[in-house]
Amino acid sequence: MKGMGKIKALFLLSFLAIVLAGCGKENLTALVPKGTGAETSMNLILLSTLVMVFVFAVVIVVYVIALVRFRKKKGQENYIPKQVEGNKTLETVWTVIPIILVLILAVPTVAATFELADMSKSGDGVNIEVTGNQYWWHFNYKGEEIQTSQDLYIPTGEKVYLNMISSDVIHSLWIPSISGKMDVNPENVNKMYIEAKEEGVYWGKCAELCGPSHSLMDFKVVAVSPEEFDQWVSDMQNVDPKAQPQDAVAQEGKDLFEEKSCMGCHAIGSSPAAVGPNLTDFGNRSKIAGFLEPNEENLVKWIMDPESIKPGNKMTGNYPAVSEEEAKKISAYLMQLKPSDITPESAGK
Amino acid sequence: MSIAATQKRGFGAFLWDYLTTVDHKKIAHLYLVGGGFFFLLGGIEALFIRIQLIKPENDFISAGLYNEMITMHGTTMIFLAAMPLFLGLMNAIMPLQIGARDVAFPFLNSLGFWLFMFGGILLNCSWFLGGAPDAGWTSYAPLSIQSPGHGVDFYTIGLQIAGAGTLIGGINFLVTIVTMRAPGMTYMRMPLFTWTTFVTSVLILFAFPALTVGLFLLMFDRMFDSAFFDVALGGNTVIWQHLFWIFGHPEVYILILPAFGLFSDIFSTFSKKRLFGYTAMVFATILIAFLGFMVWAHHMFTVGLGPVANSIFAIATMAIAVPTGIKIFNWLATMWGGSISINSAMLWALGFIPSFTIGGMTGVMLASAVADYQYHDTYFVVAHFHYVIVGGSVFGILAGIHYWYPKMFGRILHEGMGKAAFWIFLIGFNLTFFIQHFLGLMGMPRRYWVFLEDQGLDTGNFISTIGAFLMGVAVIILLINIIYTAVKGEKAPADPWDGRTLEWAIPSPPPFYNFKQTPLTRGLDPLWIEKTEGKGKMTPAEPLGDIHMPDGSILPFIMSLGFFVAGFGFIYQVDHNAWLLAVFAGIGTALICMLIRSLKDYHGYHIKKEDLEREAD
Repeated sequence: MKGMGKIKALFLLSFLAIVLAGCGKENLTALVPKGTGAETSMNLILLSTLVMVFVFAVVIVVYVIALVRFRKKKGQENYIPKQVEGNKTLETVWTVIPIILVLILAVPTVAATFELADMSKSGDGVNIEVTGNQYWWHFNYKGEEIQTSQDLYIPTGEKVYLNMISSDVIHSLWIPSISGKMDVNPENVNKMYIEAKEEGVYWGKCAELCGPSHSLMDFKVVAVSPEEFDQWVSDMQNVDPKAQPQDAVAQEGKDLFEEKSCMGCHAIGSSPAAVGPNLTDFGNRSKIAGFLEPNEENLVKWIMDPESIKPGNKMTGNYPAVSEEEAKKISAYLMQLKPSDITPESAGK
Repeated sequence: MSIAATQKRGFGAFLWDYLTTVDHKKIAHLYLVGGGFFFLLGGIEALFIRIQLIKPENDFISAGLYNEMITMHGTTMIFLAAMPLFLGLMNAIMPLQIGARDVAFPFLNSLGFWLFMFGGILLNCSWFLGGAPDAGWTSYAPLSIQSPGHGVDFYTIGLQIAGAGTLIGGINFLVTIVTMRAPGMTYMRMPLFTWTTFVTSVLILFAFPALTVGLFLLMFDRMFDSAFFDVALGGNTVIWQHLFWIFGHPEVYILILPAFGLFSDIFSTFSKKRLFGYTAMVFATILIAFLGFMVWAHHMFTVGLGPVANSIFAIATMAIAVPTGIKIFNWLATMWGGSISINSAMLWALGFIPSFTIGGMTGVMLASAVADYQYHDTYFVVAHFHYVIVGGSVFGILAGIHYWYPKMFGRILHEGMGKAAFWIFLIGFNLTFFIQHFLGLMGMPRRYWVFLEDQGLDTGNFISTIGAFLMGVAVIILLINIIYTAVKGEKAPADPWDGRTLEWAIPSPPPFYNFKQTPLTRGLDPLWIEKTEGKGKMTPAEPLGDIHMPDGSILPFIMSLGFFVAGFGFIYQVDHNAWLLAVFAGIGTALICMLIRSLKDYHGYHIKKEDLEREAD
């Protein structure tokens, strides 16, 4: 059975590779759940994997024995095996057992489906209106007058209700280590709740093909303790969008920001959703454009040529040309927008 | 024309012969060559995708081009490679298995092929005319509506033309199986491959109209300012997903059922046993097909249909595991107690069992709606459907090609190269896709042009790319094998594998009239019955007499060319009205062809009894 040896070696190699790679990055992988939705999914994943490994083992055992025992041997060229029509008992067995296995999986699946769709307590929790855009996320904290984007602050140990709609094409919001995904459609509000069990910064992704920069439509969920969350809310509510920056370069940047009609698309403070991301807490953001390290160099690059960073984005070409000098000043202004001491860094610890 | 006319001719005559042929065996060659060409194209696209993902933040191809690659890879492999290759095998073998002289509608058979071919060429012209479609093979609205350029227009029209060809092919097979079985070939004596051809054709008949409707709506939204999917004007984008998957889910079974059928034939032939639980296998096939229509929304668990719909579709989907399980165990029981010989055809069948079992099992895992909230649109799904479509359909096609190559072309593929290709492909395939289950759960969504550094996804993607190259190497070996066999291959006898079904009762390759005398079928595995009980060849059901044959015709080719030209007209008329000329010219040509076909009598011709007698057995 040379063949089987190779298959086994192959699986071994694959498993080895998995072990080497670990279970993935801790704040991204669904295999180490840190939230209610992800845990419920993980339980079903484990249950179904167990059932399937059992089935696979049975199939492979029968398969290997059949191949070893009944392979044509030398001197058997003219041997004709008995022509068996079938066997009612056997066939009943392998009909009934799969039905039982399916039931074992079906019952908890249905229970979990209804459990995760339960929105009856949404009035008590934090409600956030999420808007998916090519290629960024907008968050509007209902009743709190807070508009933000890209970094989603939530309190730990509480169900946070998301009411999601898209402004353009279909997106899908996915935070693997906290919760499964839900599509964000242009025509109807989809609801889901997320609940993080531990503080931390979790990576969120868009899972539905939405254009060239689909793979760069990342965001972060910043889970902080309920007290810190309250602090963050009050900090955000007290932002004065008109506040003048302390240092001179940032001051110039603020003027340029208005001059270059950046304000046409972006907003600072709690004014309603605009075409582009709300920049109130830009200096605290964990990433620029969802995935770049937050430093001035990257921000300057982004302002000068967004197309080279996120192909197909809607910022490109919608504002007057900016020199490198000007971009630096604008960056200085944006990077000092730090309304709160509660930041991804403090949450990430 | 007499039998002697099938002599050596020039290339022009050879080409003309294939352009005008209505012989199901030659149309099978066309399908295999056409489908094979697109298979290579889709494979090259796959390699581009995997090269781009060999390392994090790679810049091998641009974001836009990447989306074109994934869209065309999926579309090509499903519509232009896997399905036509199966249609080729069905065309070559199914009429022989039921003891027929041809299919029911030879002219339509040719039309079906040429529509597929021109549709596929039209779709691929987009590469050279400003960009291929880029909204994914599923072309979800509104992304597909908003996609700039003409890429998605090529998708709607190309698939519409190719899809019409497939629909015609399916109807033709249905009528053939219903009306043209040889005496004694009752439904419950048909070989499993014929059975699955039959059930697949039913699926085509019911599934393709949903695609046709969807494509029309999409085409009208893009070209004629309708608003079926435009939310701002009261449209609904989720409707597209329903229409697409009402077609798309049965499509999966269109791709896998023929493989189930031919594996059944192969397991029974190479185990020297009749198929275990034949009746159960037939009913499992029908049940799978039926359930296949009832579960489309499991592609939409995350769309927001609510817990009731998600639960119903979850359970219905899991139910498919039961008939599929019956099949797997019946195949194992077929081998059990047999006398198993292993050659390259059997190797592909043996490789299929573990591969497809994994694919089927991850399918049940996906059916668990809440678990799917994690799997959906990730590499877990990519891994799952490649285990089904490669581990099932592609292994099936390759097994079928190795198994029936002698019958189709009169030569046996080289065993050494066949086995080498199998092992390299099997290893490459598992390297590529097994690890993707984990990549998905580790946070890698599908259709990602780049993955970021330091997310724990590097090793998995690297291994995956290496595997893809191994698969490429195996396909090259297969091509070399085909060329080698054409030049130096071993001549095949009528029945090289000690076969059981009717196709092995006539010479390899079969004469163009198939059976000199229609065979009398006395049971399941008719040839086997004759070999074990009697004289080793089929008893004729009729005296030797004249055989009526249909005329060849160039009309299907010209008609399809007409639709091809009209397709360009439709696509470009939005830019300039002058292109309407192409629409009128193309549709006009097709209509004139139809008129000629309707008004002119085609009497066909007869092969005289005396000529047949002169042919040696």
